[in-house]
Amino acid sequence: MDVKAIRQEFPILGEEVNGHPLVYLDSSATSQKPQKVIDAVNTYYKTANSNVHRGVHTLGSRATDQYEGAREKVRAFLNANSTAEIIFTRGTTTSINTVAYSYARANLQEGDEIVLTPMEHHSNLIPWQQAAKASGATLNYIPLQDDGTISLEDVRTTVTENTKIVAVTHVSNVLGTVNPVKEMAKIAHEHGAVIVVDGAQGAPHMKVDVNDLDCDFYAFSGHKMCAPTGIGVLYGKRELLEIMEPVEFGGEMIDFVNLYDSTWKELPWKFEGGTPIIAGAVGLGAAIDFLNDVGMDNILEHEQKLADYAMEKLRTIDDITIYGPEKRAALVTFNLNDVHPHDLATVLDADGIAVRAGHHCAQPLMKWLSVTATARASFYLYNTVDDVDRLTDGLLKTKEFFGDVF
Amino acid sequence: MSFNNLDTLYRQVIMDHYKNPRNKGSVEGDALTVDMNNPTCGDRIQLQLQVDDGIVRDAKFTGEGCSISMSSASMMTQAIKGKKLDDALKMSKAFSEMMLGEDVDTEELEMGDVEALQGVSQFPARIKCATLAWKAMEKGVQE
Repeated sequence: MDVKAIRQEFPILGEEVNGHPLVYLDSSATSQKPQKVIDAVNTYYKTANSNVHRGVHTLGSRATDQYEGAREKVRAFLNANSTAEIIFTRGTTTSINTVAYSYARANLQEGDEIVLTPMEHHSNLIPWQQAAKASGATLNYIPLQDDGTISLEDVRTTVTENTKIVAVTHVSNVLGTVNPVKEMAKIAHEHGAVIVVDGAQGAPHMKVDVNDLDCDFYAFSGHKMCAPTGIGVLYGKRELLEIMEPVEFGGEMIDFVNLYDSTWKELPWKFEGGTPIIAGAVGLGAAIDFLNDVGMDNILEHEQKLADYAMEKLRTIDDITIYGPEKRAALVTFNLNDVHPHDLATVLDADGIAVRAGHHCAQPLMKWLSVTATARASFYLYNTVDDVDRLTDGLLKTKEFFGDVF
Repeated sequence: MSFNNLDTLYRQVIMDHYKNPRNKGSVEGDALTVDMNNPTCGDRIQLQLQVDDGIVRDAKFTGEGCSISMSSASMMTQAIKGKKLDDALKMSKAFSEMMLGEDVDTEELEMGDVEALQGVSQFPARIKCATLAWKAMEKGVQE
């Protein structure tokens, strides 16, 4: 994998920030976009823009072909059985809410259990809190091991005959933990439950085969994998999606409409009310092409090396606390002594280094870690060991700057 | 390496307030209590005001956050203690203007060390940190 060549494809990586070349270490929040994706969106608007699934005219066909072509790319990317199982949404949050509204509310009753982990992003937590409140179901949590992983033993004791839904993140956006979702799916199914996987930090970084994982739902966002913001995906097993009611009603998703009653289109369109995010889907298709050209396995391997190198380098800094397990996805969450993460991020930013500081939309996990906030450096295919070195130097400088204070 | 740009933000007096916060703790006896947080970053403050006859007799705070939010709370409580409520609100307005980069006469309003936070206006991402305590105070006074 030629990282130097890959970097050339991302125009923003040539930016200067505060007089320094940009070091972008916040891809877990959102990834940067390659020229090919920017061009695909641009070209769509210049040559094909129209509404989908209705135009008799030529542009209508172009737009529809590109939109549905993107769906096929997503299907292949996930190794799903059919494009009927690929629903375009606004992002992971909307995808999970769709399941929490439609599937959960139709299938949950008092006494039922939803099983979660304390490491969930708010987007895979609050929809279930609301579904539990609406149905009288209870939330049960698989406890975390000291290193921020979960044990299958604990999964087996937490999932019971009353469990109807297991909702878990594929990869923790704070700890970098990669959860054993395939084994968890098996345990969920043994108890008659479905498993919903938050793939926001999974799909951008590794090969995801929904057939192999045997997950019932898999949700992810385009913008974390080189695509534009505003486009995401909900994968669902066909037999489940078939029996689910739409969440949004209106144009685009109907079959016949009468004054007092209506019927829905077939899958996947019954879940796509309103004019869809056409250009976003086209951009996601281009992003998938781009990632496939590099190769998801190559990306994972590159990121693993970066994560290992970052752990090795950051550990050499005195007074640093690193959170999460040894074996991790390509992100490192940490605190530097008593320097507040905001202050740390401001000092790094002065050197052109972008990291995330805050609670990372995982407040329960912050409580578990006994911190109010942390800093996080997250990597993607365009990051290099030089970026890690700049981060390390920046952190040493931060220590120097605040040295006489703490 | 140069810290020039950062030095306009992290002035000595700010770090002093962060390290040795004034008026940190709880007010003894009856007090108006305001909780406020910054949901995007997790900073939180609890501000207690003891107001008598339209005058702020005591002001104390507890909370967690970055150097800017905590030093700002420290400076704010120092500035409003013993002042009329109207004057406290005037200071808050002046502080908002200061964060927008406007020239504000902090001396006329007797705002004490608050002037040191002027540099925050050059760091847009940090303005919310600095205004948290002032917003809590405004909310308390309005109640």
